[in-house]
Amino acid sequence: MSELTIVVLRIGFVVALWVFVVAVMLVLRNDLFGTTVVSRGGRRGPQREQRPAADPTAAAALRTDPAVTSTALVVTAGPLRGTTLTLGSTPVLIGRAPECTLVLDDDYASNRHARVFQRDGQWWVEDLGSTNGTLVSEKRIEGVVPFKSGARVRIGRTEIELRRGPR
Amino acid sequence: MATVVSYTARPRRLTQALLLLLALATGLGAIALVSLGRTGELPSSFPLTAGMAAGIAVLLQVLVMIRAPYADPTILPLTLLLNLIGLAAISSYDTARILFNDKTSAYAGRQLIWTAVGVLACAAVLWLLRDHRILRRYTWVSAVAGALFLLLPLVPGLGRDVYGARIWISIAGYSFQPAEIAKILFAVFFAGYLVSRRDTLALAGPKVLGIHLPRWSDFGPIVVAWAFAVAILVFETDLGTSLMFFGLFVAMLYIATDRLSWMIIGAVMFLPPALYAVTQVSHVQKRLTCWLDPLASSNYEACFQINQGLFGMGAGGVVGAGLGEGRPSMVPFGQSDFIFSGIAEEMGMIGTFAVLLMYLLLVQRALRAAVGISDGFGTLLAGGLGFVIALQVFVVVGGVTRVMPLTGLTLPFLAAGGSSLVANWIIVGLLVRLSDAARRPSARRAGAGAPHGAGAPHGATASDAGAAAPQGVAA
Repeated sequence: MSELTIVVLRIGFVVALWVFVVAVMLVLRNDLFGTTVVSRGGRRGPQREQRPAADPTAAAALRTDPAVTSTALVVTAGPLRGTTLTLGSTPVLIGRAPECTLVLDDDYASNRHARVFQRDGQWWVEDLGSTNGTLVSEKRIEGVVPFKSGARVRIGRTEIELRRGPR
Repeated sequence: MATVVSYTARPRRLTQALLLLLALATGLGAIALVSLGRTGELPSSFPLTAGMAAGIAVLLQVLVMIRAPYADPTILPLTLLLNLIGLAAISSYDTARILFNDKTSAYAGRQLIWTAVGVLACAAVLWLLRDHRILRRYTWVSAVAGALFLLLPLVPGLGRDVYGARIWISIAGYSFQPAEIAKILFAVFFAGYLVSRRDTLALAGPKVLGIHLPRWSDFGPIVVAWAFAVAILVFETDLGTSLMFFGLFVAMLYIATDRLSWMIIGAVMFLPPALYAVTQVSHVQKRLTCWLDPLASSNYEACFQINQGLFGMGAGGVVGAGLGEGRPSMVPFGQSDFIFSGIAEEMGMIGTFAVLLMYLLLVQRALRAAVGISDGFGTLLAGGLGFVIALQVFVVVGGVTRVMPLTGLTLPFLAAGGSSLVANWIIVGLLVRLSDAARRPSARRAGAGAPHGAGAPHGATASDAGAAAPQGVAA
């Protein structure tokens, strides 16, 4: 084989080596650069449009109805103590994952740990299969249980409470 | 308002297949180029090598598809390519030795057989170990087994002294480094032990010089690990093995407790044994001299190996001499301890950096699996195994390039040597298993998150979750 061919093959090898390294990095792109923040301006993602949207009129009615008192989720213990989340008609996802509404920095919490949501005029808390469990009034829950005002929900080192008050 | 979209793991088995194919082509290309450069023709064994490598790739791909469908798609391709580059470098050493030194040399053939054994061991791990948490039951078994393996070279008649270090055993003509297997057993033991003790070990004690020290009563485990490392150093006279075990323990202690003070304590504790080694153990003393000033005329003869390695890397320069054009056989142990200088000589800085990047990515994947996994045992095991690879690469490459004194560790997947290769393939098998556990969506979550679809990254803001709530509750 001629000298030139071998030189070309060698260059090809180095290129292939680096193509491999770059290919691996591209595969890991999501991991290496972390989460992406998508602006929710006028442009809506295609996947979002396919999803059934919550009835906007019902939510609006709930918001403007003076008889409905506002409900807030208050963190009473843990690193986020003092945080208050005013609850609307939308569920709240709690966990370590960045897409959660309440993002916990807690080794004992799972990525998607629990969800607090409203149904039939009442608030519910649901454990999403967390490793260390969700405790309502010191008892580990299975699936969905009612979230009573004043009851303490414990997730890892964090404790949250539901507080109702006039708007 | 913005939505935070986080990455949802997909199986990505096709990606892995393509990466394996690319790794296979590149690695076999390297092996072919070595022979083309040396003799101008392909070796007669090339079809066999290529067939075996392809078989390995297919076996691993199929096995992962069956047993670990959510495993990280990059771990196995990275490992395969490193292994094949190692084979190329070893065959370059072999052919150079035959051509220029008139000696017989058949390390490449043996390395190929050990590669097959290693891959089979990795496959066995993947096939038999369905859940890494089973290993936690064997915490104390692996402690005892690891200690036995580590002390095996001290048994008279079984252990062998090789260049001052007593870390080899030889049975029926085959020699083996039991420390390589022991490091896996110890990683399992440390993970199992620390996961149950980490809460107490993380408690803060007295504050000295602005650092929160742990409580004095919690110093027991690190003292035991330290005593063990010192015992290895004194009786087996090998600083590298000693450093690897103590370093592994301290690193896993740090992962378990999240306390930097343990790292500082570990570093301080390792100073006296290191000083002892430097002043009392003759071959370590020599290595310190060769680290500081190998090219002085008084040291030149004694530091022949490291000097030849330096000249080799210098001859390679930026673009390298070209595969099959270097003289890796000029360096003593250019097939094992000094394989890095051979690779640097033939592939140059461009190729060497690619190789180092592959190690970096491999270690990063191990640490990523450690972060993603949901149980503490898995986190510690993945972190510990990743750290062992990183430490070995740092110590060996650092030793060859004179960043630190040379110690007797092996470069994972590259250096010739059966025990190291098999042990590291087992580690890769464990990492694949752990990464599968880290990326696999749990059964519960798959049910609850069904409306989102498992295949696409999704943003779950409050409103999105609201839309999905009725289905989620019903399911």
